[in-house]
Amino acid sequence: MNNKIKRYIPQILTILFVVLIFGFFTINAQVNMDNRGIDFGFGFLKQEASFDMQFTLLDYDGQDSYMWAYVVALLNTLLVSFLGIIFCTILGVIIGVARLSGNFLIRNSAAWYVEFFRNIPLLLQIFFWYYAALRALPLPEKAEPWFGVTYMTIKGYYIPSMIWENLSVFMSCLLASIISIIFIKIYAKKIQEKEGKQLPVLYISLGLITILPLLSFLFGGVTLDFEIPVLKQLAKTSFIFEGGIRLPPELIALVLALSLYTSTFVAECVRAGIQGISKGQKEAAASVGLNPNQILKLVIMPQALRIIIPPTTNQYLNLTKNSSLAAAIAYPDLVLVFAGTALMQTGKAIEIVGITMLTYLTISLSIAALMNWYNKRIEIKEK
Amino acid sequence: MFKHLRQLTSLVAMVAVVFVFTTEAMAKKSKTLKNTQKKGFVRCGVSQGLPGFSNADASGNWTGIDVDVCRAVAAAVLGDANKVKFTPLSAKERFTALTSGEIDILSRNTTWTLSRDADIGLTFVGVNFYDGQGFMVRKSSGITSTGQFKNGISACTNIGTTTELNMRDFFNSKGISYEPVAFEKADEVVAAYDAGRCDTYTTDKSGLAAQRTKMKDPDEHIVLPETISKEPLGPVVRQGDAVWEDIVRWSLNTMIEAEEYGITSANADMMKTSDNPQIKRLVGAEGEMGAAFGLDNEWNLRIIKQVGNYGESYKRNIADTGILPDRGPNQLWTKGGILYVPPAR
Repeated sequence: MNNKIKRYIPQILTILFVVLIFGFFTINAQVNMDNRGIDFGFGFLKQEASFDMQFTLLDYDGQDSYMWAYVVALLNTLLVSFLGIIFCTILGVIIGVARLSGNFLIRNSAAWYVEFFRNIPLLLQIFFWYYAALRALPLPEKAEPWFGVTYMTIKGYYIPSMIWENLSVFMSCLLASIISIIFIKIYAKKIQEKEGKQLPVLYISLGLITILPLLSFLFGGVTLDFEIPVLKQLAKTSFIFEGGIRLPPELIALVLALSLYTSTFVAECVRAGIQGISKGQKEAAASVGLNPNQILKLVIMPQALRIIIPPTTNQYLNLTKNSSLAAAIAYPDLVLVFAGTALMQTGKAIEIVGITMLTYLTISLSIAALMNWYNKRIEIKEK
Repeated sequence: MFKHLRQLTSLVAMVAVVFVFTTEAMAKKSKTLKNTQKKGFVRCGVSQGLPGFSNADASGNWTGIDVDVCRAVAAAVLGDANKVKFTPLSAKERFTALTSGEIDILSRNTTWTLSRDADIGLTFVGVNFYDGQGFMVRKSSGITSTGQFKNGISACTNIGTTTELNMRDFFNSKGISYEPVAFEKADEVVAAYDAGRCDTYTTDKSGLAAQRTKMKDPDEHIVLPETISKEPLGPVVRQGDAVWEDIVRWSLNTMIEAEEYGITSANADMMKTSDNPQIKRLVGAEGEMGAAFGLDNEWNLRIIKQVGNYGESYKRNIADTGILPDRGPNQLWTKGGILYVPPAR
């Protein structure tokens, strides 16, 4: 027997093994479902869902289909993940930089923060925020206003909502300012390459993004009003706030717990990234006459990001997957609504769990692809 | 000639084999029964703690009328009402646990509906409690009827229940906008309502009465008089094992019929010499009532002796614990209720 065939035998055996395992599970499921009179199929997705959700981003009513319930629940999952990723990044960068601070107090508090939140199980933290911290909040009628117009209560955080007139005019002004900023950046780069002159891009951009939308208020007929939440009595001792937007306590607890927990890991990635750049880089940059801001922006950060991005991507993925713990505190995410209520009402366990798994896989792979693309962009370009 | 003889013998052998297999198959009709007897315990799915229905005490002893159904089956098929392994399940997990074969009986205050019976591989065997959905509110709210509910009310409940669907039907038909807050575990629902997260707590009325006993101050809460749905609660088995289904059904029926004929755990042995043939059949002294299930003839006597009749079970679990002293519809048909089971004969 020649070597080529020898090399293929383990490969073929592996494939055979995998196929057999999958075949076994499929046939087993089929036989058992047949015995119990359960059909397999996705027709249920078109049926009326007939249950309600407490919090949705898009309009949803029990008359809508299971398919729509899935979409709405998925958006709730994405909302939590999105907010969690934003907050954990901001917090993580601050804490990570603080860990390298020269100030003893700042450095050590940051270290304590990381050790504390990183080493307590996430589910416990979610429970803490939801059952201990947010449950201790006052009832609506006893709530004191925060910043005059917002109310933090046991039933949620009530904030004013915005009522726009001619929102499209405002949006187009905003878009115009963003596009002009991009052009100015490109132009500034050209000037710098040609003449070595640096334009104050930051100030110009800040100016543009405030002035253009402001002009739309003055001349574009754009108005902005706030609807302020007002206390309403439902019964003798039962109150709610009406008007404005309500952020449910379930959402707040989940975002808080997820971002605090994940920020510790992001902080460690940031610290590692900055520490990974050798001191010589900084000194060399200083010796060619760059100021400290330029050193951080042009020399340290571009190199540090290469170290920071890949492990941080992992943390974003973890956060997204961990958001499924929402089911423990009644936040209507994909797991609670679709793999919970919908599964119960239809009995389509295999189909629904399958769809849910595929969905999480897709979300995770998309985040990974996005971060890989960003990582590629900032990689060292070998010429 | 020899050739033919050989063909003949093989034919006879084949017929014999087929015959043996069919009689064999007929003798052990129920795979679940066989497995249960081999294991030596009945695998029973119950709630995660609903006083009166299925609730474990500090030392892990389960009591309740749902628990008694499983104990009755254990007494019938294994001879000992204590040979039950209880698996506490959330509303969300219960049906999957049954269809996947983790448990053999689901006796967990579960509502019998068409879609559950027909769609998801389950079979309901009867009703051991006639219930209906209601609402609980804080007494201090001054609400005394669901007519006083207003737009924006928040309602706590369990996910994966008929409650979730009835609640929507109810609020929709009244044109009231509401905030549903649905938790997986009953304890979480109660805690959320008790803390003031919700204005009302909705589930089956028996459940409201039972959970009220768990609250910080039970006297501060009232159950509103309106009933918004029919909730016939009963034990469930997997589809596809008709004999097991019959065993569970008739174990429950035996308890109810025993009450009808005044047979109790105390007097069951004496009833063997009764003049009434129906009573004698219920205590295994007449007829061959167990053979059809592959059981002996005293299976029903054991149920009555070890678990008691339905009335005893109700009194012990629900009336004496102060949950629902009044039997309401769960009274025998002869006494103004709707408990009416087919005769065991």
